[in-house]
Amino acid sequence: MGTVDGSPVVVTGLGFVTPIGHDTETVWANLIEGRSGVGPITLFDASELPTRIAAEVRDFHPERFMDRKSARHLGRYCQFGLAAARMALDDAGVDPHQLDPDAVGVVLSSGAGGIEEIERNQTTLLARGPRRISPFAVPMMIADMAAGVIAMHVGAGGPNFAVVSACASSAHGIGEAAEVIRRGDAEVMVAGGAEACITPLMLGAFSQIQAVSTRNDAPERACRPFDAGRDGFVMGEGAVVLVLEDGLRARRRGARILAEVAGYAASADMYHYTAPDPEGRGATRAMRRAVARAGLAPEQVDYINAHGTSTRLGDIAETTAIKAVFGDHARRLAVSSTKSMVGHLLGAAGAFEAAVCVLAVDRGVLPPTINLEQPDPDCDLDYVPNQARVTPIAAALSNSFGFGGHNACLVVRRPAGNGTAPPLGDTRTTA
Amino acid sequence: MTDTLDFRELQTLAAEILGIEPERVQLPLSFARDLAADSLDIVELMMAVEDRYQVALPEEDLQTMTSVGDLWQFLLAHHGERPPASGAESA
Repeated sequence: MGTVDGSPVVVTGLGFVTPIGHDTETVWANLIEGRSGVGPITLFDASELPTRIAAEVRDFHPERFMDRKSARHLGRYCQFGLAAARMALDDAGVDPHQLDPDAVGVVLSSGAGGIEEIERNQTTLLARGPRRISPFAVPMMIADMAAGVIAMHVGAGGPNFAVVSACASSAHGIGEAAEVIRRGDAEVMVAGGAEACITPLMLGAFSQIQAVSTRNDAPERACRPFDAGRDGFVMGEGAVVLVLEDGLRARRRGARILAEVAGYAASADMYHYTAPDPEGRGATRAMRRAVARAGLAPEQVDYINAHGTSTRLGDIAETTAIKAVFGDHARRLAVSSTKSMVGHLLGAAGAFEAAVCVLAVDRGVLPPTINLEQPDPDCDLDYVPNQARVTPIAAALSNSFGFGGHNACLVVRRPAGNGTAPPLGDTRTTA
Repeated sequence: MTDTLDFRELQTLAAEILGIEPERVQLPLSFARDLAADSLDIVELMMAVEDRYQVALPEEDLQTMTSVGDLWQFLLAHHGERPPASGAESA
């Protein structure tokens, strides 16, 4: 995925608002120590629901990232997105206000948008009539508003939009943002996802299709991807943002380059609203093309951050797809699901997991799949059970699959040209 | 009834919605020009005022009510004319 000048698209900054921390070091420490962010729901009274647990964002103070009036008028998901974007830009050392307005764009994705605000205004409509609907209802609910708000607050005037593909939204968004840089339409892209839909309606709706865990008595143990005892995913919330940058620009300004976005591919299952293709054929095609696009042979992928939601159908279909793509190498590479700790961030999940791959490549440590005690017999790969693993990682693949059969796969790899990169196949990415 | 209205209460209400300090809300000031209120802020403020002061703000009056003083004069003349709406929040 080289740019028009032949340089790679690179990652130079990360920002997190998550159930396991709001800065890179806290998030990383919790990941490698296998700490769960799942607990009893405190955002609303969930006592009538079969599921009363979730991975909530706690200790988030919007006034650290925006003025009081903005905080009042932004939906929770937008607050998360703006905060993560500011932290990512700080981390990258990029201030869009100092740059040409066209130089920096934003692709900030969300699966559900401001669902909390939709629910609140619907309640008001029924109780008090249409003249009491908030004038901020529309801007608070639409799923593209986080991208717009970030542009307004940080001064990013380049391409600006959201990608909606359920739980693959921000993986698609990062891939498409990398494409914007690759074709020369921006030099820097603020790319990620934001979600805040731990609400009575959303949790109730996921409960109705028996998609969410009801392990209410042991929240930290509820999300158990690839384990025979799993009983569904755990809803999470938060925002994760990556700063993507033209590699040549990043090197010229002396930026710290964490990783390259080497490959991206997307596909459709063509199968069902909510269930994955049992053979994982759509996922297989997306993985295969993403790896090829990165200029890698399958054997050069060391780590996969799985979609791994902790649902039986999903875990098995993904395992099947990984075997189809990687053949014998599927037994040698490492796969883990960080959803076991952070829950399912839905529209922000792809961004979180892409960021995990960036950190795994940069730091040479694989976060584990926690709660993997009795592996499902149909899930027989190396899922890095329960303990982080220190090992050099040259290239990592992040899988994201969404309701609707949307598949998005991203490949990140160690940056070339810094003296530490291994001899990978794609010479186009040598700066 | 006018003696029961407290201007500081309106200052507090407007300040909360406009994200400013209450003492900045002064009679001669324009909501839009001086207090940076956009059209959405003004709709939100008027909804809150209708609830708090039990008044109805007709669309045609909103067009002419551009300053804090205009709103205050309207409230002095009309507050309490409308019974509280069901479920209205007390300020």
